[in-house]
Formats: sequence, structure tokens, C-alpha cells
Amino acid sequence: MAGWTRRWATAVAVTLGLAGPAAAFDIDDWASVVSEAKGETVYFNAWGGAANINAYIAWTGEQMKARYGVDVVHVKLDDTARAVASVLAEKSAGKDADGSVDLIWINGENFAAMKRQGLLFTPGWATRLPNWAYVDHEAKPTVLTDFTVPTEGLESPWGGAKLVFFYDKARTPTAELPKSAKDLVDWAQTHPGRFSYPQPPDFIGSSFLKQVLIELVADRSKLLKPVNEATFQQDVAPLFAYLDQLTPNLWRKGKAYPQNYPDMKQKLADGELDIIFAFNPAEASAAIANGELQDTVRSFVFPGGTLGNTHFVAIPYNANAKAGALLLADFLISPEAQLRKQNTQFWGDPTVLAMAKLPDADRAAFAALDLGVATLRPDQLGPALDEPHPDWMTRIETEWIRRYGAAN
Amino acid sequence: MQTPGKTMALTLSDVTIRLSGRVLLSVSATVMPGDVLTIMGPSGAGKSALLAYIGGFLDPAFVASGAVLLGEDDLIGLPPQQRHTGILFQDPLLFPHLSVGGNIVFAIPEAIRGRDVRRRLAEEALDEVGLGGFFDRDPETLSGGQKARVALQRVLLSQPRLLLLDEPFSKLDMALRQQTRELVFAKARSAGLPTILVTHDRADADAAGGAFIHIGAETQS
Amino acid sequence: MKSALHPHIGTGVTVVLCLPVLAGLAGTLLPAFGYLPALGGTQVTFQHFEALAAQPHILRSALISLAAGLTSTFVALVVVATFVAGFAGTRPFAFIQHLLSPLLAVPHAASAFAIAFLIAPSGFLLRIISPVLTGFTRPPDWLIPNDSLGLSMISGLVAKEIPFLLLVMLAALPQLPVANARRLMTALGFNRVSGFAIALWPLLYRQVRLPVFAVLVYSTSVVDVSMILGPQLPPTLPVRIAHWLADDDIGARFLASAGAVLQLALGLLAIAIWIGVERLGRICHRRLSSSGKRLGDDRLLRLAAASVMATSAAFIFIGLGLLALWSIAGLWPFPDRLPTNLTFKTWERALETLAAPLATTIAIALLSSLVALAIAIGLLSRSGHRSADRWLPVFLPLLVPEITFVFGLQILAAMAGLSPSIATVAALHLVFVLPYVLLSLGPPWRALDRRYEQIASGLGKSPLAILVTIRLPMLLRACLTAFAVGFAVSVSLYLPTVLIGAGRVTTITTEAVALSSGGDRRVIGVYALLQALLPFLGFLIASLVPQLLFRHRRAMRI
Repeated sequence: MAGWTRRWATAVAVTLGLAGPAAAFDIDDWASVVSEAKGETVYFNAWGGAANINAYIAWTGEQMKARYGVDVVHVKLDDTARAVASVLAEKSAGKDADGSVDLIWINGENFAAMKRQGLLFTPGWATRLPNWAYVDHEAKPTVLTDFTVPTEGLESPWGGAKLVFFYDKARTPTAELPKSAKDLVDWAQTHPGRFSYPQPPDFIGSSFLKQVLIELVADRSKLLKPVNEATFQQDVAPLFAYLDQLTPNLWRKGKAYPQNYPDMKQKLADGELDIIFAFNPAEASAAIANGELQDTVRSFVFPGGTLGNTHFVAIPYNANAKAGALLLADFLISPEAQLRKQNTQFWGDPTVLAMAKLPDADRAAFAALDLGVATLRPDQLGPALDEPHPDWMTRIETEWIRRYGAAN
Repeated sequence: MQTPGKTMALTLSDVTIRLSGRVLLSVSATVMPGDVLTIMGPSGAGKSALLAYIGGFLDPAFVASGAVLLGEDDLIGLPPQQRHTGILFQDPLLFPHLSVGGNIVFAIPEAIRGRDVRRRLAEEALDEVGLGGFFDRDPETLSGGQKARVALQRVLLSQPRLLLLDEPFSKLDMALRQQTRELVFAKARSAGLPTILVTHDRADADAAGGAFIHIGAETQS
Repeated sequence: MKSALHPHIGTGVTVVLCLPVLAGLAGTLLPAFGYLPALGGTQVTFQHFEALAAQPHILRSALISLAAGLTSTFVALVVVATFVAGFAGTRPFAFIQHLLSPLLAVPHAASAFAIAFLIAPSGFLLRIISPVLTGFTRPPDWLIPNDSLGLSMISGLVAKEIPFLLLVMLAALPQLPVANARRLMTALGFNRVSGFAIALWPLLYRQVRLPVFAVLVYSTSVVDVSMILGPQLPPTLPVRIAHWLADDDIGARFLASAGAVLQLALGLLAIAIWIGVERLGRICHRRLSSSGKRLGDDRLLRLAAASVMATSAAFIFIGLGLLALWSIAGLWPFPDRLPTNLTFKTWERALETLAAPLATTIAIALLSSLVALAIAIGLLSRSGHRSADRWLPVFLPLLVPEITFVFGLQILAAMAGLSPSIATVAALHLVFVLPYVLLSLGPPWRALDRRYEQIASGLGKSPLAILVTIRLPMLLRACLTAFAVGFAVSVSLYLPTVLIGAGRVTTITTEAVALSSGGDRRVIGVYALLQALLPFLGFLIASLVPQLLFRHRRAMRI
């Protein structure tokens, strides 16, 4: 049966000429990439849930068209895993070329899964992009290890992320804000129903669990390695003891959870929640500018540090427009594109570039950006805690669902 | 194309209709051009099924056998549209999406060509039954008697080879029924059409003045 | 009457149309039993079912889906049936019928959002009376929607199923001797509702049984409504399958497939239970009929049915109004009844990128519903007077939960080397659109007096000429309505579009779902309205064209 399917798939691929020609370009000869890319259409699979990000991606598309004659189509995903699934379905069917996904916005588990399954384009492409020269891979280690998994140049950094909390100073006095996860439990006790986190496996919700895990785990070095089954229950015991204590004081007493970050944002505006959090430090300022949050909303972090990571773009092994995808990935880390991305007016996502490596004019432009009333300056953001190995996220999500997945 | 002048006799030879194995009726008869054969019987006796068999649209639930000869031709082998059986039901059944004139033009055989010619034929036909100037009217605005007359002219202009009447007068009131009945029989006679009339009403049969078959008396259901 | 078409075409078409479902089911069943070579699954095993059974709270997820499906279908059916029994042929009937028909055009997700915006603690209902009556200056911490018993979800489903069931009953009514039966039963001293129940209900129910099954299976396996209104801890089974399908751990594929098999079993179980309920109903009906009981005044019952109908319609209408208001709202904190300021920014942003998906949506919907209409006309003209059960294979997509076969279909499409295009997506939509078109066109087709055609064939017209000049013009309104129903179904399809379109074929609905994943009420408002607007235009055209064309034909304007 297996043989039959494979033979059939191969036959189909051959008759349709899907085997594909050898690459007609060489990454190290950038001019050949540019000329190969001309006229290609790049299907950029990226989460489409935020209008401002969609508008930013549309802008990059216009630039790519004007500069290189490359069409960029934003395939708006409700969940990045859907694109991973598409590539997988194509691999199942033996469609090893001419795939439907050219570039994916990705990190963490999705990256680890694609890397493990061999679904990604050749290692080392990312560090050979011309604009790699500006990337801050020395001071930002998460550019080289994605949730502890070495990127090996299989994905190119796009932006930084840091867990930041938001509150409305008109409702919550700044002095009362919690300064650590432990503090937060006490705060919730005195403010029942006013804190929650998106229901895991939502990315932001799981990130909150990881933040607590990192703060409470006995030995942080364990988190850099895959889960050790023998000690797993013992390692996560503090986390779940913490959640047991927190849950009764959560919004809806933990019988329902916000769906995701935008849902929490709405609930902060409605007055259902008092403290929310996001992975983008500029998010609150952007929301104020959009009329989604009151202009009294401000940000804070835990002095002991909050979770930080990097998000990337990756090219599937069977991408149809590889040259175009390379060109787009390179444009995304150009000083110009990164500057616009960090601008709160457009997106407000922190850059992955090193200021010291930039030409003077670009450095000055970054310095001149107005980050917005509710955004903390880089020096106020506090230490960044590294993401645990992706294994941990999967395991604590499962464990979470087992323990809290059925409300009574 | 058959012309009204050359009509032929209709012969039913051992026409038998069964429903779930039970014989509903069995008829043999000949109807001369211009004559009317009246078939009477209670409902459920298979009268309408007989007409459906002749017309070529018998429900598959019925099983029928026997020949229906028009002159020498056996109609049963022909598809319904080639049998040219004009039918009048209890309801006039004018096509509601067409005008009064449109209903008649629809019936005129394709061999008669030309928009104007066809329209003139239809207008003349309406005139003939006292409906001059009704060509563009909505059928729904006509009275019951008027509709019945349009239905009659529609059938006649299609140049049928025989006429099947399925209780066509039963829904008209007494005065109108008399009138319409006379009109229909007169037309059938002058066109020389062999006609089969199915009815409940003894008065219909008397007015038809032809042969008379009573069926299904013993198998009322 | 002989058919206008070759006799084998119909059979061929039915076979071809159920192939995707069967193939898709195979593509789902094989991985459930461990066969998916690309992931190293080459051996038949039950371990994925074991893994499914080991999923926390899986039984509860399944039971909630089952209960919500059965309850919502039952409630909606009882309400619509009582309403039809009590009011058929009256003035309030016509009024509510007109009120409810446009609701058919509103996609499930949009109406679910509409209801959520209304009933949530931060929703409009509480804003109206706060803080004056309630004292709330902040939304109370109540578990609505997403309550653990699924009541919000059930009411959302009921509100959306009512217009559909009403439509199918309306289509079937003309074939029943309603006026005669009513006169007879009134003369015998029965009130309207019990008279209808005794004399007509069995006849009517036989006609709408298939759509009722479709509603049952649909509401047992619905994803979007239960995501928005349903319980979250744990979510319903279809929602969990959808999560597994989109899980970044690729091995979850096997689990999703096993879940899909469970979903299939759940659908069958729901139908089996329903058939049991039917049996029970038949016994009660027989008792009632033979008891000779003249139940007293039915005014209260009729009033209740009419109120539920009107309330469900009002909820969705007001909810749509709220969506519209949110789509242009600036800051709108609780308990303000109106937004602080208005902005068209969200609309402007949406409109910038809207042209292409809009054109794609219309192209796919036109293509699939026109072809479906043509096939439906072909099938019906072949054997239209017989009952619909004949084409059971065509109705398979209504009886098999979508989520259980679409994933398998995706693998097959990739295997066959089909590249995503408007044509392939439209071809897949056809599979879902055709049954609804047939359901919509079948009853009026069968209701048309066949003597019209007998007369026409006596006038010497061929079957094809009769079809084109008599039947189709007389059924123009029914054809256009069936087309509009098909159009609406195509516009609202999400999962098939995403999976077969591989993200390259973007429609209003795929955009809407991707953007609503952000949860921004303004964006949801814009896209839900857009999603409702297209099908609504379809229905508008379906009702205006015959009105215009037949403005001089009184009998054609019903």
C-alpha cells in the first residue's frame, strides 16, 4: 500500500514536471538571486490577525514590486501551524517542489517541528543575506537560538519580542503593581476577577506559563534542555502549585479564559481586566493611537526580568519562489524596513539590528523614533529571560489542559 | 403536419390498466372523427389513467397494455409530443408566465412561421370566442369562462389529431358549463376530432351525444 | 414524462459528487489507523485511538457536542413546527417569514458574534441598563457566553437554525392540503396547533426529514459557533479536532484523524438517537390522534412560538447593528451606550485590500452555484417527481461532518498534483453547494402542477422545449432562490476553502476568519458585515428579478 501510494505520487509528480529544475541562482552571488527573483510571486504565510501588521506587510510587498519586480502575496493565517501543515501535506503527497508556501513567519515550536521534520530550506542561507551584516547576533543571543534550538541559518530574524504588562493608571495605582509572579498572586487575591491569561495553547497564554515556570523552577539550567521525564512532575510542581493558588482569583474564576492577546486588550478597555500583557512593548501605545485603549494605559515589567525572544521568517524546502523569498527575507532586515517596523505608527515591533553596526543616518533615524506614551524605553525593559526548550512548552500545555481543561 | 381536414378514427383495442396487479379498467372502442366517446365512473376507477395512457404520461405506478390506433398508427410507440393529443383538464391551466395571446402562440405548430402570421392567427382565434383585444392580457385577470375558452382555442390551434377531455366543465357554474360544453363539442365536431370525454356528470354525457361506457362500478374504492 | 436528458447522466453525476466525500473519508480514516507514510506511519495500529481516549476530558467534549446538537435541533424544530402549525396562511406568518428570510444570508460566525456582542457582561444588553438599574460601572464577572453547559452556544445555534428550518418547511407546505385539512380539523373541533399536528405534521415532517438530519449533524460538528459561544473548558469535540489539525506538533495529525473518526461516530449516534426520538414521537402522535382529545386553547402556545421566532430574529438583527456600530467605533468603554468617537479607519484599511478577495469570492460562488443549479435541474428533470432520498449520495456532504473528510481531501488533492486555483476551490464548493440547491429547488419542483407539462406535450412540444419554455420560467423564482442559497453556502465555506485553496485562494470568509483571530471587535464588525452582505445581495436579486420580470403577471407574484 505504501509503495503504491509513493509510486503513484511520484508518477504524478513526473508527469506534471514537478521534480523541478536545479536552482538557477547562488546565494553567495546576490546578483543571481535578484535576477532569478524578478517576476516571481512570493506567497508569504504570516499570521493575519492584526490590521497594522497586515498593512506593514502590504507595504513591503509594494516595495518589493517597485524595486525588484517581485510580487508578494500575504497569505493571512489564523494560526501559523496551518502553513506548517500545508508543507507537511505536500510532503506527504510527494510534492517536493513547486510548494504552495514560499516564506513563513515563524518561531519556537513551529520552527522546531519544521526543522525536525526536514521541512526547511538549506541551512546557512540566513547568515549569507547581505543585510545580515547589520543584525545584532552578539547582544541578542535569541537571534541564533530560537527557544534554545540553534537556528543554523535556517530562519532569518525579523523582530524582537519581550513580555510586557499593561494597566490603566486611572484604575490601578502604579504603586500597587506586582513586581514578580509571586506578587501577582497576592495582587489577584485583593483584586479577584481582574487578571487572566489567554487559554493555552495560545502563544501568549503559554508564554505566561513559561514566565512563571522560569521564575519558580528550582534549577533554571534544566529548561535549556529537553524535558527530563523522570523529574518533570517535580520540576513543574512549583508552577502548578502557583496556578492552583491563582486560578480561583482569575477572571471568571478560571472557568473561561481570554482567547488571545487582542481579546485581553478588549477586556482591559471594557474594564473586565486590570492587568494584561503582550509580547510587543509598543503594543499599548499603538492601541491608544488606534482608539482601542484608554490613553491612561501604561506599561510595566518585573524587575527580575521577563521572557524575551525573536521571531523569524523561514523558507520551506519545497518553496516555489526561493529566490524571491530570499530577497524578501533580506529586505525585511534592511535598516529601512526595520525602522518602519519599529515605528509605533506602523507596527512598533523592536528591531533585530545592532545600532552600532548601522550607518550614521539610519542610527539617527532610529534614535529619533517616538515610541509613544505607554512604551518603555529599551533601558526600562529590564532583563530578558531566555525561552525554555520547546519541549517544555508542549509538555506544560498538555499538563495545563489535563489539570485545568475542564471547569466545573 | 396533420391538417384539420384529414382526421382519422381513434381505436382503443383491449386497453387494460392495472394498479398493483389489480385490473382497473379494460376498454375496446372506436371513436369516429367528430364523435365523442364518454367514459363515466367513480373516482379511482382509472378514467384519468386511461387518458394519461393515451397521452403518453401515465404514472409508472400503473401498468397498461393494449393498442391505441389513430387510423393505422399505434400512438403508444410514439413519444408524447408526437402524438398530438389535445387535452383539456378541469382547470384551464393557462401558462401564468405568458400573456393570453402568448399562450395561444405557444400552441401554434412551428411549421407556421413568422411573428406576425402567428400573432394574427392567435388574435383571430381569440376573436372567434369573443375575446378580441385580449392578446396582451394577464391570464390571471380573466374570468373562469374566459380562461376555459382560451384553453380550448389553445388546444385547437395546436392542430391535434384527437381530443381528450378530463372533466373539463366540472369547475364551471351551471350557466357557464352549458355554454362552454356546447362550444367545445361544436368545435370538436367541426374540426373532425375523435374525442374522449371523462366525466362524473350525466349531463355532460347527454350533451356529448355519443357512445357511452360505464366503468369501475363494482370496484369502487 | 420522459426526461430531457440521457438517463445515465444523473446516476453518473451522483456518483461523481459523492466521490470527494468518500475519498476524503478514506484520507482521514487511514491516518486514524496509523497510515500516513510521510510521517512514518506505515502500520495499522490502534494507538492513535488510545491516544485520543487518553486526551483529558475527551468524553465531556464529545458529550457536550452531542447534547448541543440534539437540543438545539429539537428546540428549533419544535419552535418552527409550532409556529407553522399555528400561523400558516395568516398575516403574522407572512410578516415573520419576511423578517426571517434575510437571516438565511447571515453566516453562522457573524450571527454568533452578533449574539455574543449582545449578551456578554460587557455587551449591549447590560450597557443599556447600566449603571442606572444594575449599579455596574464595570462589567460583572459572569460566565456568559462560553458557559459550561453550552446554553449560549445552543441558543446561538437555535437562532440560526430557525430560519433554515422555516425555509424548508415553507418550501414543502404547498404540497400539502393545508387549507382543506385546517377547515376539516376546525370543523371537528380541534384547535389550530393540534389540528395541524394530527392532520399534517407526519406529511410535513417526511418532507423535511433530510434537512433536519443535516441540521443535526451540522450542529453536532460546528466549529466556528462553538468557538465563539461554546464552552471552553473543555471545548467541544470539533473545536478540539480543529486545534489538533492546526497543532504545531505534526504528530497531532494522527490524533486529529482519530478525533475525526470519533466525530463521525458522534454524528451517527446523534442520528440514531434522533430516530429513536422520532419513534417516540410517532407513538405519541398515534395516541393523540386516536384519543380524540381536543386540546384546549392554543393561543399561549402559538404566542410562545411566535415570540421565540421574533426574538431570535431580533437578536441577530440588533446584533448585526451592533457589529456595524463596532466597525466604526473609536474607544467604547463600558458602560457607555454609544462609542466616544467614530472612525472609518478599519473600513478604509479593509477596503484597500478587499478588491481581490471580493472578486474571488464572487467568482467561486457564482461558478459553484450556477453549476450546482444546472446539475440540480438536470437531476430533477430526470426524476423530479420522486422523493429526494433517491440522491442520498449527493446529500452525503450534509450528513458527514465537514471536518472529518476535508483534511483527507487536502492530502488527495496534493497527491493528484492539483494546484490551488479558483476552479479547484469552486469544484470542491460544488460538493457542498449542490445538496443545498437540491434541497431548495426540489420541493417547488415537485409542487408544480405536472398537467402544465402534459398539456404542453399534447401541444407537440419536446421535453427540452417544455423544460425551457414552461417549467423553468414558471419556477424562475424557485431557481433564483436555490441559486441564492447555493451562493450563500459557497460564500460562507471556510475549512474547504483554506485547505484546498492552500491559502492562495483568499475569500472574504478566509480573510474574516484570519482577521477575527485577532479578536478586534472593529475588524470582526467589518468582516462579519461584508460576509453577510454578499449572500444578502444574492437573496435580494432572487426576490427582485421575478418581481420585475413578471410585474404584469399576477399569478407569478407570490
